[in-house]
Amino acid sequence: MENTLSSSNTLSSIVKTTPVILTDVAKNFTMHLRGSVSIPVVAGVNFALRAGECAVLGGPSGVGKSSILKMIYGNYSANCGQIMVAYRETMVDIATADPRTVLAVRRETVGYVSQFLRTMPRVPALDVAAEALVEQGEEVTSARDKAGSMLARLNLPEKLWQLPPATFSGGEQQRVNIARGFLTNHPVLLLDEPTASLDAANRAVVIDLIREKKKQDVALLGIFHDEDVREEIADAIIDVAHFAQSAKLTGERNATQRAG
Amino acid sequence: MTSAPFSSSEAQSGAIADYNFAYLDEQTKRMIRRAILKGIAIPGYQVPFASREMPMPYGWGTGGVQVTASIIGPDDTLKVIDQGADDTTNAVSIRAFFAKMAKVKTTTHTGEASVIQTRHRIPEEQLHEGQVIVFQVPIPEPLRFLEPRETETRKMHAVEDYGLMHVKLYEDIAQKGHIATNYAYPVKVKGRYIMDPSPTPKFDNPKMNQSEALQLYGAGREMRIYAIPPYTDVVSLDFEDYPFEVQTFEEPCALCGGTGVFLDEVILDDQGGRMFVCSDSDYCEDRRAKGHRGALSPDIYESEESLSAQISQEGADA
Amino acid sequence: MTRHMDMTHAGDHLPKTSLVAPRPMDLSEKPLLQVRSVSKYYGRRIGCEDVSFDLWPGEVLAIVGESGSGKTTLLDCISTRMTPTSGMVNYRMRDDTMREVFRLSEAEKRFLMRTDWGFVHQNPADGLRMTVSAGANVGERLMAIGEQHYGDIRQTASDWLEQVEIAKDRIDDQPRAFSGGMRQRLQIARNLVTGPRLVFMDEPTGGLDVSVQARLLDLLRSLVAELGLAAIVVTHDLAVARLLSHRMVVMKEGRIIETGLTDRVLDDPQAPYTQLLISSILQV
Repeated sequence: MENTLSSSNTLSSIVKTTPVILTDVAKNFTMHLRGSVSIPVVAGVNFALRAGECAVLGGPSGVGKSSILKMIYGNYSANCGQIMVAYRETMVDIATADPRTVLAVRRETVGYVSQFLRTMPRVPALDVAAEALVEQGEEVTSARDKAGSMLARLNLPEKLWQLPPATFSGGEQQRVNIARGFLTNHPVLLLDEPTASLDAANRAVVIDLIREKKKQDVALLGIFHDEDVREEIADAIIDVAHFAQSAKLTGERNATQRAG
Repeated sequence: MTSAPFSSSEAQSGAIADYNFAYLDEQTKRMIRRAILKGIAIPGYQVPFASREMPMPYGWGTGGVQVTASIIGPDDTLKVIDQGADDTTNAVSIRAFFAKMAKVKTTTHTGEASVIQTRHRIPEEQLHEGQVIVFQVPIPEPLRFLEPRETETRKMHAVEDYGLMHVKLYEDIAQKGHIATNYAYPVKVKGRYIMDPSPTPKFDNPKMNQSEALQLYGAGREMRIYAIPPYTDVVSLDFEDYPFEVQTFEEPCALCGGTGVFLDEVILDDQGGRMFVCSDSDYCEDRRAKGHRGALSPDIYESEESLSAQISQEGADA
Repeated sequence: MTRHMDMTHAGDHLPKTSLVAPRPMDLSEKPLLQVRSVSKYYGRRIGCEDVSFDLWPGEVLAIVGESGSGKTTLLDCISTRMTPTSGMVNYRMRDDTMREVFRLSEAEKRFLMRTDWGFVHQNPADGLRMTVSAGANVGERLMAIGEQHYGDIRQTASDWLEQVEIAKDRIDDQPRAFSGGMRQRLQIARNLVTGPRLVFMDEPTGGLDVSVQARLLDLLRSLVAELGLAAIVVTHDLAVARLLSHRMVVMKEGRIIETGLTDRVLDDPQAPYTQLLISSILQV
């Protein structure tokens, strides 16, 4: 009895303190349209995210940073390894979870601010921003209020709020995207270059937002190309070039084995 | 209502060709009777039958004639009406047909008839136990104009999928403010089958409910027979907030002064003159014979008997 | 900024999109529909073969593939519009019992199809009664299940027309007088009026202009979320699948060749055919 209790205590403390744990994760793309060539992306990915900290994926572009974020979000499949993510009182493995579980995790646990906004036709910016919050159970009017103040904070002119963002400029779209991602109460937040097309003033707003998230014990994992932003918020840098190198080596080893 | 073949002596007399009693051969009658019995057993259900060629065109009541021919016996008394009247071509022809082919007694009096074949009316006088009313049906399928596929309508009957029937009534109200269907008004028989009561005015629908007489329906071209046994619930479809209502007439019959009966409009001249008279000619004549008069009743057409009856009644009143 | 001005003008036509809370998700829920080894052969030709999957309440599943891949055959087999050659389809009835749909009586099947299920055809004329009014088209299912109050039926129909963005004063017009997009929206209202839990859609946006399509997609998406509908959507349009569905099934030559979370299948396709299909999309 005591054992069960203490082990569940351990699990619940893991859920709270390290809501994302990657173990030996590897990813490669098989391009069937190009003679089924296998392109290694990353291998031997091992790291954990701590609540209240912001980890940054480092390395040159094209090295596989986005792929890691997408695997955690369940958007890309992983070829091997475990991606344990906190969900309610337990941890689930996104690498093997069924689609419904992945969707449930996205709704409750893992938020994502993508580089580009994928919008629904006709849906106004305000509702795009409020949507994820409503999905989490927030009442519609208050979600819209919160979305409004967030958009205002990101300096998006109010006259745009009722328009669908499809025709917005890149920076405007990104701000809608940031509002959408930062409004929710996800304990894990993935950020894919959220500041890429923002001016200095709005970059500063995003830095503030990240700091607030950290204070709320959210675990963040991001890709930032701006040196200054990275310095402001990074608690840890994860070197993706290292994972890419292992993937390359594994790929070459397999190729040699096949050849031999 | 048992049928008997012509006696051989009659056949040999050579008055007409050697037809069987009531025209149809006995095997055909048996087949039709089986269909009728099945129809009675499943009130409102359309029973397919092998309709025969009759010596009259489709549309002239071939279905009704076959049903009548199959149930009529030498002791029966037949009345035939067309739109309520005994004296129109269709009624006269069919009456003559049976007088010749079955040598049965014919009558125009509703009360005297044991079998009444009708097109488009139910007599005003209440029918009684033992009487049979045979309807001529042009289109037996009430769902036909809403769903043209027979395979589908049969399934709809089988599984009581009748939403479509109310769609028609809904459309009436939506377009005209009331249920504008005035004849062939659909009914639900014994809480189960939806049935087309043939093109009788909806005025007659209440008479079908709990009728003492057996009601038989024959559609010759469509090869269907259906029936309502005596004392069966027959409910006209409606909405809670738009209940079924029969037609009402503002004035009484111009000839007999009758009220609460179905009236036909008769155009008198090309100046717009018109009158409304009983559709049921027997009922009207009967009333006039009893001395009732309407606003336009031309007494010159009255028989001496009815006149004297009127006079004697007036005398009695005085 | 002039771009935005244009949009402001276009905004007049935009309805107040209903931002709705989706049905809460419960992973312990049992499947609503189970499809097991469903095959349909047309003589020796394969319609679909050995198809199995589960569908959960509130889940939208897209079946994609090119013309002739067996999508519509599969949809027809699952929705009992067609009898498969072999296989089983189980459905969780409202009383929580799992029933094999091909063993239901005709009456039970029809009742299911006009209450708990909906079917949206690609061509609205196949799913509507073109010669009766919009109101009666929507009201028919209600009348079929015994609703007998004209005023109530009309009120419900009118509410549904509003939901699908058809002006209330068109209630007595026949769908013949409607545009393609309106007809499709009317067909959707007609299906949803009895509060079904499962809706089948066969290319619901096929044959519509892009702007009309967008409006329909937005409407479908919010209705599905608001009503917690489960849906199986057949489409050859991967953008439609992405916008509407949670999960996706890719079919080729009658068989399922890939299945999974919609965005994962689209962004990280595994099967050679899926990669080909996705690489064939025209970019705007």
